Amino acid sequence: MNSDLGDISTLLIYGAMASYVVAMIAFAVDVSALGIGAPRDRRRRAAGIGMATMWLGAGLQLVAIVVRGLAAGRVPWANMYEFTLMFTFFVVAIFLGLQTRRDVRYLGVGVSMLAFLALMLAVTVLYVEADGVQPALRSYWLVIHVSVATLATGLSGLAAMISVAQLVKARTERAGARGGRAPVTAAATSTATAEVTSGATADLGPGATATAVAETTTPKQPRATFGSRIIEALPPSANMERLAYRLNAVGFVAWTFTLVAGAIWAEHAWGRPWGWDPKETWTFVIWVIYAAYLHARVTTGWAAEKFAYFALVGFMAVLANFYIVNIFFSGKHSYAGL
Amino acid sequence: MRGWLRWMWRQLTSMRVALLLLLLLAVVALPGAFFPQRSVDPNAVQQYFLDHPDTAELLDSLHLFDVYSSPWFSAVYLLLFVSLIGCIVPRTWVHLKNLRAEPSRVPSRFTRFEVRGQTRALGTPDEVRERLRVALGRRYRRRLASERGKAADGATRTALTISAERGYGRETGNLVFHLALVGLLVVTAWGQLVHYRGQVVLIEGDTFVNAPLDFDSFDTGSWFGPESQEPFRVRLDSFESEFTVDSQPREFIAGVTLTTTDGSTRTEDIRLNHPLETNDTRVYLTGNGYAPRFTVTDGTGEVAFSGAVPFLPTADPNYTSNGVVMVPDANDGEHQLGFNGVLLPTAAADEEGNLTGSAYPQPFDPAVVLNVWVGDLGLDSGVPQNLYLLDTTDMDQVTTTEDGTESPLQVTLRPGESAELPDGLGTITFEDLPRFAAFDVRHDPSIVWMGVFAGLAFAGLVASLFLPRRRIWVRLVEGTDGATVVSAAALARGDDPGLQRELDRVLAVLDDDRPATTEEDR
Ligand code: HEM
Repeated sequence: MNSDLGDISTLLIYGAMASYVVAMIAFAVDVSALGIGAPRDRRRRAAGIGMATMWLGAGLQLVAIVVRGLAAGRVPWANMYEFTLMFTFFVVAIFLGLQTRRDVRYLGVGVSMLAFLALMLAVTVLYVEADGVQPALRSYWLVIHVSVATLATGLSGLAAMISVAQLVKARTERAGARGGRAPVTAAATSTATAEVTSGATADLGPGATATAVAETTTPKQPRATFGSRIIEALPPSANMERLAYRLNAVGFVAWTFTLVAGAIWAEHAWGRPWGWDPKETWTFVIWVIYAAYLHARVTTGWAAEKFAYFALVGFMAVLANFYIVNIFFSGKHSYAGL
Repeated sequence: MRGWLRWMWRQLTSMRVALLLLLLLAVVALPGAFFPQRSVDPNAVQQYFLDHPDTAELLDSLHLFDVYSSPWFSAVYLLLFVSLIGCIVPRTWVHLKNLRAEPSRVPSRFTRFEVRGQTRALGTPDEVRERLRVALGRRYRRRLASERGKAADGATRTALTISAERGYGRETGNLVFHLALVGLLVVTAWGQLVHYRGQVVLIEGDTFVNAPLDFDSFDTGSWFGPESQEPFRVRLDSFESEFTVDSQPREFIAGVTLTTTDGSTRTEDIRLNHPLETNDTRVYLTGNGYAPRFTVTDGTGEVAFSGAVPFLPTADPNYTSNGVVMVPDANDGEHQLGFNGVLLPTAAADEEGNLTGSAYPQPFDPAVVLNVWVGDLGLDSGVPQNLYLLDTTDMDQVTTTEDGTESPLQVTLRPGESAELPDGLGTITFEDLPRFAAFDVRHDPSIVWMGVFAGLAFAGLVASLFLPRRRIWVRLVEGTDGATVVSAAALARGDDPGLQRELDRVLAVLDDDRPATTEEDR
């Protein structure tokens, strides 16, 4: 339609990508400062730069999305390229929103990298000109169903990133609780040690005391390594698990809405609410995985790491549903693709 | 035996098994995304049989082409729902009882709760309690009581208490959610039994009647009764489409006239995402294309065929379409005629004038290119015939000889043109090019109920996840200086980051007139 506007939108996306790269570098610098032994409570200039460029990137991306919508004369989420713009925007925006309430800068590297890589894939492989849509997509359900799907994807993605951080942290916490290779003990302040031990006591197995004894009989000075200092600076894994859970709970509601709205749309468009089209099947599977995750979380006393694995499997399914199903499976949703 | 059954029931309704079944449901649903499904795309299944003849049989015997009606898939979801019912029904009774009961009593010691508060306030315990009661607000259900106990100095003292609870909606929502899922399953099954669905292809000007015989294909659930088929007629008045310059479809509009039993008529446009709705039936637009109209005369000069024949669009966005014309009545059935070939809505030609394909989906310069066959069409063999495919086993292709070489005859026609068939077989005329539209007609009374239950499930889910369920307990004892010592604790169900804030909020009403607190009070 209006190809000038479309080009402006694409340029803005390049701008957002550049911002995310700068942010990623800044966050990485911040993290490596920890790694080489900077105190945790120092002024984190690099992280500040990272946050500022994230805000810039998100702003550019938001404008890019709006302009894209103007160029196409419709809502800007009707193909895989635009879907990527939306869900990466949500990942970044939710990250920025969380940061106003609590310190989640430890996610900065991951968030900026995910946003950059997904956008990279979008502009190189998935790009299509801004244009109208075919009659099958002309429906207000496009507005409702797909926008919430992008939000759900963003929520699941951010939660998955937190789960990864949680798993990394939990490994060292467990090691710390066993007293052995605990990298924390050497450099840690007393609060850090307290956090670590309290966080992991639940995981102490029957053999824990024995290990601890064995370690003390062969005393060796555990060394704080680059990686261990970074990991040490992460919040306790239990806190991250709770945060991931909250995002996943909201994400699950969003998935439920996507599913229901999709069924209503399918009823209008194809004359049946549910037909086990590959896309429908995968969405169902995602929904069931997250339902199982919530059940396990609410009703079992599992170790928190299991929940993280669950959430990661859920997000893998989300990614498969988007990248693999859209491109390689033929179904009624195929037109939404390239 | 009874013991065993009870044991099995207890296992089935345990959370562990429910969780297992839930995961299993995700696993057994997946094969349907990898293997073609009969219910979704029967042609793809046929193709799979052709491409993988050695494994298809095996896969079929494992129901991998009918995953969602297979015994193993059904077993998993039925067990899951039995488990769900077994789990939810007892919880519903308990919850209904709780709704009528007062909040639980104040626990004797608050130290075991993580969220606590302590303060002092001016006034008698009674007055302070009243202010706290008001501060709690209407969301909380409260139970006010008093208890007698020995204080540290050995004297008996009376403590006033409040136990307050809010967020019954969380559990209500959870139960509604789970019960709504059961409802959804039940109405879906019911819909399967009573629904009907018919498919029909209409050429511009044609009419269909909503009755089984008028459909090209028609299927129903086993409880279907013909009385549920609303009598009406639909006539396709016109079909219009719109494309971008690069052949992307932008709009399809089927203009129809609906006639109901009382004789009233109304005209309407059926578009994608915009079905025609009668009282309880919906008519969906599912496809479209061109239906060239032909007239064929046979060797005797009689008109042996006259009519429009739908040509099926191929995957080509420019609507290159394939079709068949069968003329069983030609030459008194002795030498039946058959034609198969392509329609090009906007014929494109190379330099020598040979047609190469279609350049655009709209009929700007339509042409048909037909092969001609003569012999037995096989229509009387009793085997169901595909109307879009010519069975040429008992037919000979008509050929032409040019420069001494014999090659199959291809007849190229534009609207209004006729061609003489060789050997006195007759003539064929391409009259004009109306369009056709394909419709699905569906009646399924369960749809509304599905919507109701899905809505309930969604609302229940939101309540179950986000309504906080909180208990607050307060104990008020008269202090030595005429003030009241207030101690409080709070407990929530599940994760509740706002719990401490909530307790602080309630206690904050006492802040403005608190007597100077000393270190030891805290
Ligand atoms: C179709 C299968 C099922 C689905 C999709 C499903 C889904 C859900 C969802 C989304 C929640 C909300 C999670 C939360 O409150 O945090 C939940 C909670 C719950 N479900 Fe299910 N469920 C299913 C079957 C079952 C079964 C079979 C049982 C019992 C054995 C069960 C018992 C519960 C319980 C106890 C809760 C926790 C409520 C709470 O304490 O907050 N569910 N379920």
